[in-house]
Amino acid sequence: MSESVYGLIAKFDTPEDVVEATRQARAAGYQRMEAYSPFPIEELAEILDFKPKIQYLVFIGGVLGALSGFALQYYASVIAYPLIIGGRPFNSWPAFIVIEFEMTILFAGLFAVFGMLGLNGFPHPYHPVFNAKDFNLVSRDKFFLVIESEDPRFDETRTRAFLESLNPEEVTEVHP
Amino acid sequence: MAASTEPAEVPVLGPGQTYATVTDRVSSVVLSKKTPKGWLLGFGIAFLVLMVMLFSLTVLFAKGVGVWGLNNTVAWGFAIVNFVWWVGIGHAGTLISAILLLFRQEWRNSINRFAEAMTIFAVANAGLFPIIHTGRPWLAYWLFPYPSMFQLWPQFRSPLLWDVFAITTYVTISLLFWYVGLIPDFATLRDMADNKVVRRVYGLFALGWRGAARHWAQYNRAALLLAALATPLVVSVHSVVSFDFAVSSVPGWHTTFLPPYFVSGAIFSGFAMVMTLAIPIRKFYHMEDFITDRHLENMAKVMLATGLIVFYAYIMEVFFAWYSGNEYEKFMIYNRMTGPYAPYYWSLIFFNGVMPQLLWFKKVRRTTWILFLISIGVNIGMWLERFIIVVTSLHREYLPSTWAHYAGTFWDWTLYIGTLGFFFSLLFLFLRVLPMINMFEMKELVHHLSHRGKEH
Repeated sequence: MSESVYGLIAKFDTPEDVVEATRQARAAGYQRMEAYSPFPIEELAEILDFKPKIQYLVFIGGVLGALSGFALQYYASVIAYPLIIGGRPFNSWPAFIVIEFEMTILFAGLFAVFGMLGLNGFPHPYHPVFNAKDFNLVSRDKFFLVIESEDPRFDETRTRAFLESLNPEEVTEVHP
Repeated sequence: MAASTEPAEVPVLGPGQTYATVTDRVSSVVLSKKTPKGWLLGFGIAFLVLMVMLFSLTVLFAKGVGVWGLNNTVAWGFAIVNFVWWVGIGHAGTLISAILLLFRQEWRNSINRFAEAMTIFAVANAGLFPIIHTGRPWLAYWLFPYPSMFQLWPQFRSPLLWDVFAITTYVTISLLFWYVGLIPDFATLRDMADNKVVRRVYGLFALGWRGAARHWAQYNRAALLLAALATPLVVSVHSVVSFDFAVSSVPGWHTTFLPPYFVSGAIFSGFAMVMTLAIPIRKFYHMEDFITDRHLENMAKVMLATGLIVFYAYIMEVFFAWYSGNEYEKFMIYNRMTGPYAPYYWSLIFFNGVMPQLLWFKKVRRTTWILFLISIGVNIGMWLERFIIVVTSLHREYLPSTWAHYAGTFWDWTLYIGTLGFFFSLLFLFLRVLPMINMFEMKELVHHLSHRGKEH
């Protein structure tokens, strides 16, 4: 039975309810779970012990951008096409700063956006949770908590009873 | 807390709004099968004006830049004026979405979406002008550094090339920022749509967003970082635009204060444009609960502050010309004030310097139709400012033997007016197919406000 079930989903009416439910599920020892909400709720990620890593990618992007900005200008102005203009040195680095800056921002920004999408696993058109009852309201005004059947503590009847005790509007099965 | 210190303030959100009402109200504009008659009329007019632009461009491409009023002395005419004007308008969108986000200004939430849209449409117009101003737009790719068979490389010491990088970066980052902000709202539209095709299309753009807590955390961090990146970017873009002028040795352009003057002017004109758009839009779509009088008042305050900086710059320009002791600089100012373009100069002083002083009065900041008129005036004034900067400095430069007169021709004007049609056509399409207000941020705002209510 539990083979064919992705997990159990509880639907909540308020953000406070889902935060409290996630906290209790965590305290009860559940590991494989996810909370869903129409807008970001910072506590949820904290309770789930999730720390975003995107900032490292953005930093790498920025450094790459600055380096490639300089490399491009150095290559063009010193190696590929050296041209004396106003008696300035070929490697007139102060004049290169503006484009280096723009390239830093460009690369960091691209890394921020595509890094975020990548780390989140997007595009991800199909997910079992979309099968859940009323899940289309997650982007409107309802809040959900899913405990996956992969969780070592998952037991269909006990987990359902546990979720029922958390003041949800409804608990249903999610099929993969 | 905020409510107790300023009890008489209009709230940033109308009373009685919940997560559901916010979502339904905003998404219904997009998902409604009926297209409002007013929309059709507005789009129709904008589209006709867009046709004027295409016609003007066709003539330009067929005959060359000779159809414009440019001459050897004034080689930077309407094209550069319009370029700077449009870029400047774009800046308010980034300012609202990035800088006000960093400062945690809650009132930005309902206006940031269409301000960002405005940024992208304005910058699309801005990007057009330098390209067609080159005279051979089909070779515009020469602007970019690439290993060509000519073995030529662009001149990296030139502000004109810096501009290419600044503007392309700006377009890219603004577009991505806008799209990232739209992803959760695309998911909402996907989930709310009845029509299968509509659901598919929005679903495609939503990328499978499902509001997972871990995704939100990553998403929020990325959005914050993007805002932190966009903030220096927006300042750099208009600074680089000002370098196009400041790095030259033309009287009136060769000053160090041009970058801050340009940046504040950009924010000034951008907020004016946001106001020009927000006032009719909120009226037409009955969005007064979301775009409240508080928003208009705050925007008016930003306009007043930046307007004062701009006015200060106008005064400083005169002072520098006198203090420099340079006769060409002095003549430039004298010529501006009394020469053939004096009416332009004094109307610019009126529109940008004098008229915004009305915003000191709370009564004016609370009266919508006066704000609307002031915002239109500032739009005109800022266009005149760019015209004055470009034309008055060039038309009587150092050598009197090169002096000439400049005026826009019929094709200059049709192209300029045509870009307004392009801008408004895109804006109308945006209002019809995308949520004009950021739904998830508004729900966040509802959440925060309800918490604040409980603390009292």
